[in-house]
Amino acid sequence: MNKWEDNKAWFMVIPVFLVVAISAIIPLMTVVNYSLQDIFGPNQRVFVGLEWYKDALTDPRLHAALKRQLMFSSLVLLIEIPLGILIALMMPKKGWGASLSLVLVALPLLIPWNVIGTIWIIFMRPDIGLLGAAINGFGIPFDHTASGLDAWITVMMMEVWHWTPLVVLLAYAGLQAIQEAYFQAARIDGASGWAIFRYIQLPKLRGVLTIAVLLRFMDSFLIYAEPFVLTGGGPGNSTTFLSIYLVKLAVGQFDLGPAAAFSIIYFLIALLFCWLFYQVLLKIGTGDKS
Amino acid sequence: MKFQKRTIGLIIYFILLMLPIYWMLNMSLRTNAEILSVFSFYPKSPTLANYIKIFTDQSWYSGYLNSFYYVSMNVAISLLTALPAAYAFSRYSFLGDKHLFFWLLTNRMAPPAVFLLPFFQLYSTFGLIDTYFAVALAHCLFNVPLAVWVLEGFMSGIPREIDEMAYIDGYSFPRFFLTIFVPLIRTGIGVTAFFLFMFSWVELLFARTLTTTAAKPIAAIMTRTVSASGLDWGLLAAAGILTIVPGALVIWFVRNHLAKGFALGRV
Amino acid sequence: MPTAIFFITIACLLVAMTIWQAKAPSSERKGFLPIATTPGDRLFIGLLSSAFINLAWLGLTNFTLWISFIIALIWMIVLMRWG
Repeated sequence: MNKWEDNKAWFMVIPVFLVVAISAIIPLMTVVNYSLQDIFGPNQRVFVGLEWYKDALTDPRLHAALKRQLMFSSLVLLIEIPLGILIALMMPKKGWGASLSLVLVALPLLIPWNVIGTIWIIFMRPDIGLLGAAINGFGIPFDHTASGLDAWITVMMMEVWHWTPLVVLLAYAGLQAIQEAYFQAARIDGASGWAIFRYIQLPKLRGVLTIAVLLRFMDSFLIYAEPFVLTGGGPGNSTTFLSIYLVKLAVGQFDLGPAAAFSIIYFLIALLFCWLFYQVLLKIGTGDKS
Repeated sequence: MKFQKRTIGLIIYFILLMLPIYWMLNMSLRTNAEILSVFSFYPKSPTLANYIKIFTDQSWYSGYLNSFYYVSMNVAISLLTALPAAYAFSRYSFLGDKHLFFWLLTNRMAPPAVFLLPFFQLYSTFGLIDTYFAVALAHCLFNVPLAVWVLEGFMSGIPREIDEMAYIDGYSFPRFFLTIFVPLIRTGIGVTAFFLFMFSWVELLFARTLTTTAAKPIAAIMTRTVSASGLDWGLLAAAGILTIVPGALVIWFVRNHLAKGFALGRV
Repeated sequence: MPTAIFFITIACLLVAMTIWQAKAPSSERKGFLPIATTPGDRLFIGLLSSAFINLAWLGLTNFTLWISFIIALIWMIVLMRWG
């Protein structure tokens, strides 16, 4: 569909532009401003140039948080993507079963993020939580507030529980879009279930899965509320991810300068992934039309 | 045979999926004393005391009201500003349209933590801290781009000939837009409103930081309870269950649009 | 002040690109980058990659930032011309 070419359309975009500009550009400028200064008080500022950036880039705690973050995000992708595809394959294609499955699957996505944390606190408590008690019942001591490893496992389980449904929904939508004729042709050829998946379904899912991978990576990269409520970044620093560290730095210790410099670096990384995502999306969009 | 294996696998997954939620429901129907003394898979003597407490204690139910206020304000602002913009993006090509669209998208993906501090400073300057408007405006940062995107998708599905016909018939743009176009995409508007509601509802970081007492959302009140000593687990669980209810009620109406909305929504 | 200079520079670049685009509409083309790009796209890619070049320089070496600034500038020119 060709669009009308008319720059007057800008007038319709202005309200959105203003609203988002107020809440995006001004804060961004403030952050950049902070990142270049040392702030002692309301009117005591010293220009320090790129000092904070140097600090942030060489901060070992930040490196540790980044490493933890990357490991977390990769694990998330490794577990959630295959699991999501598997479940999407199992879901019925039509009828009331399909609707019911969709609604059930989507339910975890609609829970406020900190409530997710609360649910899992309750669920994992060794004394009153079902899973916590069950694991301890098998004679394995498990306490996410004491052991770093246990905290990791708990956060991972929560993350998989919370966000695999998104992968399921996307993969399911992708599977629904495959025409029945492909399956009929495959059946005539006597293809096995695995062959159908490998040579028909998986290639057709490529676009959707790219979106899912990027979304899950972005999201897990920005994760804050759920682990914050569940573990508060602890025990020690074992589950302190980038966002948690940033908020600790900015709100907890009020180190505005380093926090701002760190924010800018964080923002640039997010911007890079966002741009990649947009390119992929555009490519898929044009690919569908041609 | 194969069909059955699938169904069993699916049922196991759903059980695992529902188990944590069920456990919270179970907790919410018991008193704290019972929770701490007896371990049981179902409430032995179900009680609604926790829910009654929430609905009668002002510090609890005001949290829900606060959340509803700023969420509805946000949905209203986002929809009103996004409708014309989405129309512009779906119908016209104009200078810098792709770049503008991308810029909107970046705001959806930017780490909220980055914007936290400046927001706080900015709103303090204007005396907006602890008002519904502050939170509603902050949530516009990610909800307006979302609204533009989802609406644009729905609008592009409507053939342009309809617009052309209306203009030939002598409709002015505002009249055409309100009497013909908006009714045509009402499904889209409904679905968009659902996602706006959802993402404003689940967000915690801004809502918690920009409010202190008067406009505190329920989610933040729960967090405060978590950090306090001597937890009342039953009460906490009941509050959690109540936050799930609104989403669970409306999800059925948008089930066919879920995948699309979430794909764009988490952008 | 430096913040103001930084943002004014970016704003000027954007305005200049917009005027250029309005005066002489340019279309997408294929350079050495794997995707077809407009000058605006290349400006964005250039700015973003320059930011990363400077950050990497700052984090990994102790030399003055002017060197990486010049590298980034050359990279920008190459990108705008042949990208």
